[in-house]
Amino acid sequence: MKKKAYTVSLLVNNKPDVLSRVSGTLGGRGYNIESLCVNTTMDPEISKIVLTTISNKTSVIQIKKQLDKLVDVRKTSVLTNGNATEREMALIKMNVTEENISEIRKAIDTLKCRIVFMGANCCILEATGRQDEIETALNYLKPMGIEDIARTGTIALGRK
Amino acid sequence: MELTGSQIFIKSLEEEGVDVIFGYPGGAVIDIYDEFHKSNFRHILVRHEQGAAHAADGYARSSGKVGVCIVTSGPGATNTVTGIATAYMDSIPIVVFTGQVPTSFIGTDAFQEADITGITRPCTKHNFLVRRVEDLAVTIKEAFHIARSGRPGPVLVDLPKDVMQSVTEYKPVTRISSTVSTYRPAIRVSQILDPISKAKRPLIFSGGGVILGGASDELREFAQNVNIPVTSTLMGLGAFPGTDPLWLGMPGMHGTYYANMAISHCDLMIAIGVRFDDRVTGTIDTFAPHAKIIHIDIDPATIDKNIKADVSIVSDCKSALQLINESLRNSQFTIPEGQYDDWFKQISTWKAEEPLSYHQDDKIIKPQFVIEKLYELTKGDAIITTEVGQNQMWAAQFYKFDHPNTFLSSGGLGTMGYGFPAAIGAQVAFPDKLVVDIAGDGSIQMNIQEMATAVQYNLPVKIVLLNNGYLGMVRQWQELFYKKRYSQTDIILQPDFVRLAEAYGAVGLKATKPEEVEPILRQGLFTPKTVIMDFHVSREEGVYPMVKPGSSLSEMELLTREMIN
Ligand SMILES: Cc1ncc(C[n+]2csc(CCOP(=O)(O)OP(=O)(O)O)c2C)c(N)n1
Repeated sequence: MKKKAYTVSLLVNNKPDVLSRVSGTLGGRGYNIESLCVNTTMDPEISKIVLTTISNKTSVIQIKKQLDKLVDVRKTSVLTNGNATEREMALIKMNVTEENISEIRKAIDTLKCRIVFMGANCCILEATGRQDEIETALNYLKPMGIEDIARTGTIALGRK
Repeated sequence: MELTGSQIFIKSLEEEGVDVIFGYPGGAVIDIYDEFHKSNFRHILVRHEQGAAHAADGYARSSGKVGVCIVTSGPGATNTVTGIATAYMDSIPIVVFTGQVPTSFIGTDAFQEADITGITRPCTKHNFLVRRVEDLAVTIKEAFHIARSGRPGPVLVDLPKDVMQSVTEYKPVTRISSTVSTYRPAIRVSQILDPISKAKRPLIFSGGGVILGGASDELREFAQNVNIPVTSTLMGLGAFPGTDPLWLGMPGMHGTYYANMAISHCDLMIAIGVRFDDRVTGTIDTFAPHAKIIHIDIDPATIDKNIKADVSIVSDCKSALQLINESLRNSQFTIPEGQYDDWFKQISTWKAEEPLSYHQDDKIIKPQFVIEKLYELTKGDAIITTEVGQNQMWAAQFYKFDHPNTFLSSGGLGTMGYGFPAAIGAQVAFPDKLVVDIAGDGSIQMNIQEMATAVQYNLPVKIVLLNNGYLGMVRQWQELFYKKRYSQTDIILQPDFVRLAEAYGAVGLKATKPEEVEPILRQGLFTPKTVIMDFHVSREEGVYPMVKPGSSLSEMELLTREMIN
């Protein structure tokens, strides 16, 4: 069966060991977590975990069923490109020189990035978008001298 | 009422109707043990914490109630892990209480600290670390609820010492927040009855879920009404009578030839409370290749996990079977005369071709002979536990189980050392019943220290030891697949089991000749004490028939004794 990226969104009780239960359930059954995001929801007792995994349809159904069995998991949904909006964010630290500063500014206009910090010889850019858009931005900026990056996992919201 | 954590602990157990706890004390639980003493709570002192977990499991499997044990922090807690994993694999409801270092010491590598909730996360249905005494009562309530509801399983509750010493206002808990989903069976009975009316070669394949769900009577009614033959997994033995004409025995690696043939040729399989374990299915793509499969199970995650079902019903076995039986009673459902005749004829042929068999001569005791005699003498009216290995398979093959909750065996994890402490747990639950552990000489030594427990509490558990001087099942694989290189399976040094029994204050008996088997069994079974019966059996006897690992059930005929020698 064909493998592709699936995004799984979970509502869980906001307790210290819940994340390890979720990741342990996947890891223990041989499923890899590609990316992961966790934060609280409007209800402070409930957290949302969004994770992505490369899988096929049968396996992702099995993943959902196994996660549903965890006592602290309240709801699990599998989101796909078609039924959800997905975003990632990256912070990108660039070396700034007199030569590349104009190039960087030009890149920002085309790439939907913005400058969130400007120092004497480095700057930090913020890029938000779909995973492929982030990849494009990184590839584009690479030749200009990326010093470091930090990327979030995917977050996603179902459209229904 | 102001109570300490330890007092609340006792109250909460009483609220749950717990009448006995298996355990072993230590520093972290000393306050709780003080309350046991003061309140005269029934506590069985085991000799190793693994024994406590298995005893709680045996208590649960035989009685259908939640089994409970308590141990200290660190090594006490880690010693229970095998018992917890055993219960987890077989979906057995137990609650394990572990002591923990005081909350302020957690995470400091304090003396006898172990992160037991971390260690047991993958082998418990759920676990808790209680950080505040105010949460204690409700956590215990939730633990019991989770252990017994839905697909049952072990739950661990970690109790820091300071929490048990703290004081709070106690009132019995009536409501819990825990959200274990329960599934209402959404069944259209026609989904099951239509295929039955059309099938020519139907088969019922039942498992541990029927016993856990208390659905044995319903299964019997169903099978007999529709007149369909039944095979059950190791975990399901006893749910359907082993003496019924519709019974085909257990399928799988060491199942009967006819059960495996029936699976390989049926055109409809009604699978109830099974999870299609690999020891049962053989190679998965050739399992029941001609059958439409109806799968009923309480755990949605078992549906389509190993075997794709054509019709799947998420329900506890009892509700599902009740609905089906009701509809059978009220409708004009009939199966056309003679529709299954050819099928039954075929099954009879298979049974005649390759029955379970062995040859008992007058020199050396055959292990199968011991089990058959045990069955004859007990007439099936006993609780049988097993260890793991050949002894377990012979017990499953040659003892006929007519009642649920009378065959206790570690099916999923295959834990050597399970049978004896489990028998102790069952004997505590049923003091007046005959409880027999069918053991191998390797396995019995894994928890032999529990002899002291059995003798101390006057538990007249019988150990029927099939002593072949080998780690027999591993030796059998070495014989078949490793050119008889018996690497580390020949047990060169054995204790004298008769004297060992006597050293513990139990009774030890020994039989070395076939004609001694019956008298020794009679003497042992009717002695109202803990007894080891040491049967010196044919050393290189094998368990047959056998499906080679990695083969299809239909290839079973390739591996009977005759083909190998
Ligand atoms: C705790 C544990 N360790 C190792 C094994 C692997 N194993 C499976 S069967 C077996 C041999 C059991 O020997 P014995 O108890 O003498 O029983 P027999 O097969 O001879 O009846 C072994 C070592 C196991 N199942 N459990």
